[in-house]
Amino acid sequence: MMNIIMATNNSFLPKSSDMYELIESFLQAPTYHLIFEALLIIWIFKLIFFSTEYRPESVLTEKEKAELIEEWQPDPLVPDVDENHPLLQAMEKNIISGKPDKYVMINNKSSLNMATLNFLGMAGNAEVEAAAIKTLKKYGVGSCGPRGFYGTMDVHLELEEKFAKFMYCEEAALYSYGFATIASAIPAYSKRGDVIFVDEGVCFSIQKGLVASRSRIKWFKHNDMEDLERLLLIQQDEDKKNPKKAKVTRRFVVVEGLYFNHGDICPLPKIVELKWKYKLRLFMEESFSLGVLGANGRGVTEHYNISVDEVDLIAASLENSIGSTGGFCCGRKYVIDHQRLSGLGYCFSASLPPMLATAAIEALNIMQNDSSILQRLRENCRKMYDGLSMISGVEVMGDPLAPIKHVRLAEISDNRELDMQTLQRIADHAMENGIAIVLARYLEKEEHKLPPPSIRISVNCQLTENEINRVVDVFTNACRSVL
Amino acid sequence: MAGKTKPKNGMNGKTNGINHCYQNGQNLQNTPLKDTFIETFEETPLSTAILTYLGYAVLVVIGHIRDFLRSLGIEKIKSCTEPKLQGYVSLYQSWESFYTRNLYRRIRDCWNRPICSVAGAEMDMLERVSPDNGWNFELTGKKQHVLNFGSYNYLGFAENKGPCADAVEKSTMKYGVGCCGSRQELGYLEIHKQLDELVAKFLGVEAAATFPMGFATNSMNMPSIVGKGCLILSDELNHSSLVLGSRLSGASIKTFRHNDMEDLENKLKNAVVFGQPRTHRPWKKILIVVEGVYSMEGSIVRLPEVVALKKKYKAYVYLDEAHSVGAMGPHGRGIVDYFGIDPKDIDIMMGTFTKSFGAAGGYIGGSKALINHLKLQSHGSIYSCTMAPPVTQQIISSMSIIMGADGTNEGQKRVQQLKWNTRYFRRRLHDMGFIIYGNKDSPVIPLLIFMPSKIAALGRECLKRGLGIVVVGFPATPIIESRARFCLSAAHNKEMLDKALGIINEVGDMLSLKYSRTIPPSFSEKDVELLLVVLNVMLMMYLKRMTVVTRPVLASPHCVQATLVL
Repeated sequence: MMNIIMATNNSFLPKSSDMYELIESFLQAPTYHLIFEALLIIWIFKLIFFSTEYRPESVLTEKEKAELIEEWQPDPLVPDVDENHPLLQAMEKNIISGKPDKYVMINNKSSLNMATLNFLGMAGNAEVEAAAIKTLKKYGVGSCGPRGFYGTMDVHLELEEKFAKFMYCEEAALYSYGFATIASAIPAYSKRGDVIFVDEGVCFSIQKGLVASRSRIKWFKHNDMEDLERLLLIQQDEDKKNPKKAKVTRRFVVVEGLYFNHGDICPLPKIVELKWKYKLRLFMEESFSLGVLGANGRGVTEHYNISVDEVDLIAASLENSIGSTGGFCCGRKYVIDHQRLSGLGYCFSASLPPMLATAAIEALNIMQNDSSILQRLRENCRKMYDGLSMISGVEVMGDPLAPIKHVRLAEISDNRELDMQTLQRIADHAMENGIAIVLARYLEKEEHKLPPPSIRISVNCQLTENEINRVVDVFTNACRSVL
Repeated sequence: MAGKTKPKNGMNGKTNGINHCYQNGQNLQNTPLKDTFIETFEETPLSTAILTYLGYAVLVVIGHIRDFLRSLGIEKIKSCTEPKLQGYVSLYQSWESFYTRNLYRRIRDCWNRPICSVAGAEMDMLERVSPDNGWNFELTGKKQHVLNFGSYNYLGFAENKGPCADAVEKSTMKYGVGCCGSRQELGYLEIHKQLDELVAKFLGVEAAATFPMGFATNSMNMPSIVGKGCLILSDELNHSSLVLGSRLSGASIKTFRHNDMEDLENKLKNAVVFGQPRTHRPWKKILIVVEGVYSMEGSIVRLPEVVALKKKYKAYVYLDEAHSVGAMGPHGRGIVDYFGIDPKDIDIMMGTFTKSFGAAGGYIGGSKALINHLKLQSHGSIYSCTMAPPVTQQIISSMSIIMGADGTNEGQKRVQQLKWNTRYFRRRLHDMGFIIYGNKDSPVIPLLIFMPSKIAALGRECLKRGLGIVVVGFPATPIIESRARFCLSAAHNKEMLDKALGIINEVGDMLSLKYSRTIPPSFSEKDVELLLVVLNVMLMMYLKRMTVVTRPVLASPHCVQATLVL
C-alpha cells in the first residue's frame, strides 16, 4: 500500500534534471516578476495570520468592557401604567356575571347587550350548549395536541366538511383562533418579494398577517377601486420594465367582506373584475359577513351573487355569528391544502377544543335550518340604521345591512382624546339607562390608518321592535344631554 | 472564557456522551444542580449520517425522475395540482411543492391521524387507507384502540369524566359557549377574572392575563413588550410562535446556540458593549427568550445560569413554559419550581393551558405593571374575543387540583406519577441502547431514528402493534436528526409503559435503531429526591391538619437535597 502511494507521489515530483531546469528558469525570471510574486505570498500570509488583529472589537480592553456593562441602563420592561387608567377601570367595572346573551348582568344590573358581536344569538343558545356538553362527555375539553400529532378528531373533520359544503368550496381548514386565521393564511402564500394590494380599512389581524409575510404592501384608499386600479397600473409598468422579476412576483389583493372598522361592504364585482384583468389572487376576510350577508348567510359572494370560485381564499372567524371560538379558511383544494403544512397557526397550535367544534357545527345547523333568523337580523339592522340616523349630532357609518354600526360624532374635532371622552360619556349615559354599548377600541399607535373614534353598536337578530326603539330613544337622550 | 469551546466530534456538533452539564461550571459550582441536572446527547454516528444523506439523495433523484415522467404524461398525477392560469405566477415555490409531492407524500400516513375519543392514555384511532400511496385518504369506518404516547397530556387532565368535566358542564350552562367580545370592549366575564387571579396565585407572581390560544399568546404579546431599538436573544430552537412574535415586534433578533450559556454570555456582552450595529447606540432593552422544556429536544433550559446572566447584564427574561408548566417541578409549577427559583426573577412568565391542563389557551404572568400594560396594549385584549367559558372552567378546575385546593392530594399524585414515569421510561430506553435526547426529568422523550425510511417504518410498525407515537423529520428537525417523540403522561400506568417499551424494543430490533454506543447515564426513578418530595408532601399535609399557617421549611426539595449533598 505504502509503495503505491510512494510511486504515485514520485511521479508528481520533478526528477533531478527537471529540478535543475526549474531553478534555472527561476533565476532567469525578470526581477519585477519575482518581487510581484513575493508580495503576493506576503499578502496571503497576512490574510491568513493577521486578519483578526484588525477587528475593531479588540480596541476595547476587558476593563473598559466591564465599565460599559456597568454603565448601561436599559429602559424599564414596560412603561409606567397608571393603576387608575380609565380603560383598566372600565375593564373592572364592565365585568359580566352570567351569560353574555341578549341581556347581560353588569354590576348586578341587567342591560340590553348592544356590544358583543353575537349577531345570531348563538352565544347563549341552549341547543348549541347541549351539543357542546354532549361532546364534552365524549372527548373532554382539550385536544392536547396540534392537528398533526393526534389533535385531529372526527368532529374537526366534520366541521371542515360542513363549512366547505356550506360555502360551496372544495376544502376548508380549521384554525383554533379567529385572530390567527387570516394572520396565518396570508404569510403562508405571500413571501418576501411578492406584492400585496390592501384596502386601508382592513382590520388588525390582516395587518399583522401582512407584516408577517414580509411582502411589499401597497395600500389603496378604502373601497376606492380607482385608486386600486391606479396602483395596479403602476405595478404593470414596473413589471414591463423588469419582466424577469415580474415572472416570479406573485400579486395578491386582500380585502374584507364587511369592514369591521367601517361597517361597509366591499365592492366585490369590481374587485373580481380587476383580479382577472391584472392577474391577482384575491383573499377575502369574511368574519363579519359570514352568517350575515346573503340569503343563506354565505357572505359577500352570495350577497352579490358571485361564484365562490372567483375568490381564491375566504377566511372567517367563528367567534361572531357562529358564537364559538376559532376560524376557518376555505377555497379550492390546491390552495387550502397548502396551509396544512405552511399555516403557522394551523401547524404549530393545538387544535380547537372538540366541544367548541361541535358548538360551531350546531350553530351552522341552526342557521341552515332556519334562514328566518337571517331575515330577522337584516330587518333589525335596517331598523337600527334608520333609527340611529335620525339622531342629530352623530352620524351612522356603513351599510344599512351591516350588523355593526359605527356611530361617530357629526363634527369631529382635532383632538381625538376629547372626542373619545365625549363618546364615552354618551356610552356611560346609555349604560346607566340599561343599554350596554362600548367604544370601538384600537391600538392607536399601531393601526395602519386609525379610524375616527366611534361607538360600535352590534345588532342581534333577537331584538324586538320595542327594544330597538328603546335603544334609539336612550341613545337620543344620551346625545342630547352630552352634546 | 471566549476561547474555550465545547468538545465536539460528532457529525452534528452534539456533545458526545453524557453531559453532566454546566461545563463552564464556575458559575454554578456551588449549586446542588450540578449532580442532578443530567442531559444526554449523542453524536450521530458517521456511517449513519452518510447513509441518511444518501437516503435523501435517492429520494430526491427518484422525485425528479417521477416529476419528469409526470411532465411527459407517463405517470398519472393523482393529486389536485395547481391549474395553470394564463399570466399568473405559480402560487407555490417549486422546491416547496417538490418536497411535499415526492418526499412528504410517501409517508403522509404518519401524521394527522384522526382520532375519535379523548386523547388520554389510550385512544381510539380511525383507520385510514390510501388507495394511491398517500395522495388521498379514505376512512374505513373501523376503529383501532391504541396506547397514546403522542398527545401532550402530561398530567392526564384530558378526561371526559370526573370533577373537571362536571364543573365544565355546569359552567357551560351558566356562561354559555362563546363570548363574542374582547376584553377591552365587552367580553370580560367573572370567570375570566377568577382565572387570571388563580393563575397569578399558581405561578407566584403579582398578576396574570390569559388568552384563548397558546400560539397567539406569544405572537400577540411580544410586540407589546419589545420594539424597534430592542434586541431579542433567542434560543435557536425556540418554538415557531416565539419566532413569529419576535419578528412581528420589529426588534432585532439574534439567536444563540441551543442552551449554550457561553454563547449567550458572549452575545449579551457584545450587545451591551457595542450597542446597535451601525449606529452603535446602546440597545433600549435586551430580552432573552427561552423555553422551559424544548419539545423537540427534550432538554431543559439552564435557568439558574440564564437568571445569573440576566442579572449580570441587566437583560430581561421571557420564559415560555408551554411544555413545562404542570409537568415539571415538585409542585407542578413549571421549570421555575423545578430549579427552586423565585418566580419574580423571571420578568415574563408565559405558558399554555393546552398541555398539562387539558384545555386550550395561554397566559402571561409577571409584575402588576407588566400585566396592566398588556391589558391595555396587547393585541389579544383588544382585537380578539376572550376565552370560551368551558375552557376557562377546565383550567380553573385542573389548576385547583394541582394546587391541592380541592382538598385532595390528587394533584400531587399526578405530578409524582409523571415524574416516576419519565425517569422509568427514559432509563429503560437508555438501557435498551437507543439514542435518547434530553434531560432525565423531561416528559418529552425524543428517540433518534436518523434515516428517512425508518421514520415511516417506526410510525407504522408501532401503530400496527397498538402504540400511537409521533415521528418527526426534516424540516422540523435537522436532516440527519429525524426522531420519534414520546410524550409521557400521568395517566399512563406501569403496565402501559411496559407494553409500550416492549413494542419499541421489538420494532427497534427489527429496524436496528439501537445506535447508542455510550454507557447509559445512571439515574433512577427511586432516587432520594423523589423520596424527599413524598416526605415533603406528607409533612405539608400533616402541618395543614395542625392548622399551622406558615409555609414549611422544606418548601423545595432541591434545598433539602442541597443540604444533603453538601
